[in-house]
Amino acid sequence: MSLPLSRPMVRSRNASPRRVPWTLIVFLLLLPMPWIGSRYDTFLATQIIIDALFAVSLNLLLGTTGLVSFGHVAYFGVGAYVCGILMKTYGVSFVIAFPAAGLAAALFSLVFGYFCVRLTKIYFAMLTLAFSQIVWAICFKWDAVTGGDQGIADVPFPDMHWMAAIPGLDGLTENGRFYILTLTLAAICTAAMAQITRSPFGRMLTAIRDNRERAAFIGLNVRAYELTVFVVAGGFAGFAGALYGIYTRGVFPDYVFWTQSAQVMIMTILGGMNFFWGPPVGALVLDWLNQEITNYTQYWPFVLGSILLVLLFALPGGVVGGFNRAWVAVQRRRSRLVARDA
Amino acid sequence: MLEITHLRKSFAGFVAVNDVSLTVESQQIAAVIGPNGAGKSTFFNLITGHLRADTGRVVLDGRDVTGLPPYRICGLGMGRSFQLTNIFPRLTVLQNVQAALMAHRGHGRDFWSHSETLFRDDAEALLASIGLGAVAGETAGTLAYGNQKQLELGIALASDPKVLLLDEPTAGMSAGETHDTIALLRRIALERGLTLLFTEHDMAVVFGIAQKIAVLYQGRKLAEGPPDEVRANPEVRRVYLGEHA
Amino acid sequence: MTISLIAAQFLSGLTTAMFLFLIASGLSLVFGVMRVLNFAHGSFYMIGAYMAWQVVTWLQPTGGAFWIAALAAGVSVAILGGIVERLLLRHLYGVEELYQLLFTYALVLILGDVAKYTWGTDQLSVHRPPVLDGSLQWLGTTIPFYNLFIILLGPAIAIIGGLVLSKSSAGRVLRAAAYDREMVGALGANVGMLYTGMFVVSSFLAGLAGALITPIESVVPGMDVQIIVDAFIVVVIGGLGSFWGTFWGAMIYGQTLSFGILAFPQFSVFAVFALMAVVLIVRPWGLMGRPIR
Repeated sequence: MSLPLSRPMVRSRNASPRRVPWTLIVFLLLLPMPWIGSRYDTFLATQIIIDALFAVSLNLLLGTTGLVSFGHVAYFGVGAYVCGILMKTYGVSFVIAFPAAGLAAALFSLVFGYFCVRLTKIYFAMLTLAFSQIVWAICFKWDAVTGGDQGIADVPFPDMHWMAAIPGLDGLTENGRFYILTLTLAAICTAAMAQITRSPFGRMLTAIRDNRERAAFIGLNVRAYELTVFVVAGGFAGFAGALYGIYTRGVFPDYVFWTQSAQVMIMTILGGMNFFWGPPVGALVLDWLNQEITNYTQYWPFVLGSILLVLLFALPGGVVGGFNRAWVAVQRRRSRLVARDA
Repeated sequence: MLEITHLRKSFAGFVAVNDVSLTVESQQIAAVIGPNGAGKSTFFNLITGHLRADTGRVVLDGRDVTGLPPYRICGLGMGRSFQLTNIFPRLTVLQNVQAALMAHRGHGRDFWSHSETLFRDDAEALLASIGLGAVAGETAGTLAYGNQKQLELGIALASDPKVLLLDEPTAGMSAGETHDTIALLRRIALERGLTLLFTEHDMAVVFGIAQKIAVLYQGRKLAEGPPDEVRANPEVRRVYLGEHA
Repeated sequence: MTISLIAAQFLSGLTTAMFLFLIASGLSLVFGVMRVLNFAHGSFYMIGAYMAWQVVTWLQPTGGAFWIAALAAGVSVAILGGIVERLLLRHLYGVEELYQLLFTYALVLILGDVAKYTWGTDQLSVHRPPVLDGSLQWLGTTIPFYNLFIILLGPAIAIIGGLVLSKSSAGRVLRAAAYDREMVGALGANVGMLYTGMFVVSSFLAGLAGALITPIESVVPGMDVQIIVDAFIVVVIGGLGSFWGTFWGAMIYGQTLSFGILAFPQFSVFAVFALMAVVLIVRPWGLMGRPIR
């Protein structure tokens, strides 16, 4: 029974000297969906992309910096509500509402994060949870602004008429256009987060994850770094939330309940938190499974729990982790064979 | 270079470090020794800012660093290697040193460069100079104990310190490894003009390399001086011969 | 604000507090010794409630059915806890804490649906045991005998638990383990048995609490998630790992809920989490936990 989490990981975060533009590749691969897939497929794909964005933002904390946050959905929710309220209640254009959502989320994570990073481990996790539930309580109770437990329905689509000007896009439905818009925005955010992860700043974060004490003694103000990544992650979660509110055409307090934080965390770990592309894979697997299984039974939580158990006991590196291990094993075997023949 | 005056620290009534003063000249090699429980680790932790002293001052190269957090003291030129190996286990050996270089050279908040290539050459050179060139690509956590200690030293050196504090640098090493480590330390200190302050249990090491020795016993400084003086000090002999069989 | 109203709220707060203490004490002790924050503790509570209802339904006309059911609930959940710990949880001890937390969350998901499958989604309730039917008057308000029983049971268990912890050898080992797990193992104490025992006792308390709440609150899906949040808050206020801290934390929180709802009905949900946040910011180790800074 191998539970290698305390073992050092394989060379996975190290990019080869030849940098492959994965984000661009994934973007191009996903682009044709509205044309080749059904309406249902496009719809599901939109959700997966949004969840992937959300999960990647969480992994900035979890996998990169080692910060276990149980309250990440708070910033997702802030983004969703700010964007939804601006667009629905005040008729603000998406062009302004979207960045505002990210900014608001970043602001909340700055204030909350300031207190959270002064704690570690379980206390950190519990405080993130407490703050997240405070956000939920506000959304649930503040009828005047957030619509209370009814939430805000009929959040409009952004104005996407300008897309008709782009060749090939004029034939798409609104859902199709929104998919393209979501994909583009998510790709930009993901590329940004990828750059952050592979930058020296990202290296500082992994150092902090590996050994907080040592990180201080190479000259890092650990708390400042943790707060910075907390804000960055919160901001991107806010972008994901904004897109989600439009996608579901409404924002509701359920979106901000703590079980949603658990959901995105499961996604992240299912895909593999030691790999940048782990969380998106996890989002894909989980959302797809969710759709399929809820067609047959109402007991999706049971299935999810079971998947989680299998993950924890048999495949702790997640899906991508499992593939990576297999790949490394194959490579090792090949080099052994080569050495033998030499 | 390093002036420590009247340092004192107590924990809930128990006085761990009691009015200890020590001066280490620039480029000197000094050692702090004492039986277990004498307060050596606490003393080091006070100097590097991991603990806050009740009273006393620590002055590094003319700059008062008392009460500053560890990351600031590091930035001002104090390096430290820890007793229990303190490296970044999931990064490669090369990445360990690169990270230290990046942090020291102000690239911690660099969002644009690529962490794989930045300062790679300098890191490789540093590793080569301390004998870890061959294992640069290995994951640090998988290294043998001796190599990890070398890496520990490498990380400390990457911060280009003026003073290097070494907490039991040869602990757990064989005679051969000890010899190599001490030779390495001596060479590095000479090459870089470092001031060394270390604590050790291996008396051969201490008397072999230290130019000044301070003896701690039950939190107080018992004696201080060049090796011969300390060796001949009757109180020191009593404390040690009483402890060692 | 009449005396009778204050008395009523005070008693209501006490009752809530004692239930919370029963539930949270197990949670806190397991964390103190095993460093595992058991999300599934609320699920154990819920299973206890359902089991009690089930046993009462089976034994319907028999006298004393309620008490047998309560005991049966506690024991069955204890067995469940023992199985979970022995077969599953113990394999995760060496691994990152996050994985242990997620394991307990997986249990929440699974047990929640198991309960739904077995007992459906209707609200179930259980009658008070006939011996405790009726009530008395105090300061102008009515106290049901059953509530009085709960109010007295809480401190009773607290005192027994406190004595066991401080006087018995098992208690001593437990307290030592909370301080330094490895050392205790090195000294020869069977840490494995200790953990299992701890988990079993904790589950028993949760199951018992679930059984005892059935005459007061209906048994319904979602009660697991609801109670675990309350339990977390109590444990934070009292101090993770402190037995008596949990008791006083429960007292404080129970009365806060009771009077808070009176004073600020709109903000009760908000205030509760704000309280948790404030404690974590100002004094993370709560009333009686071990200072961590």
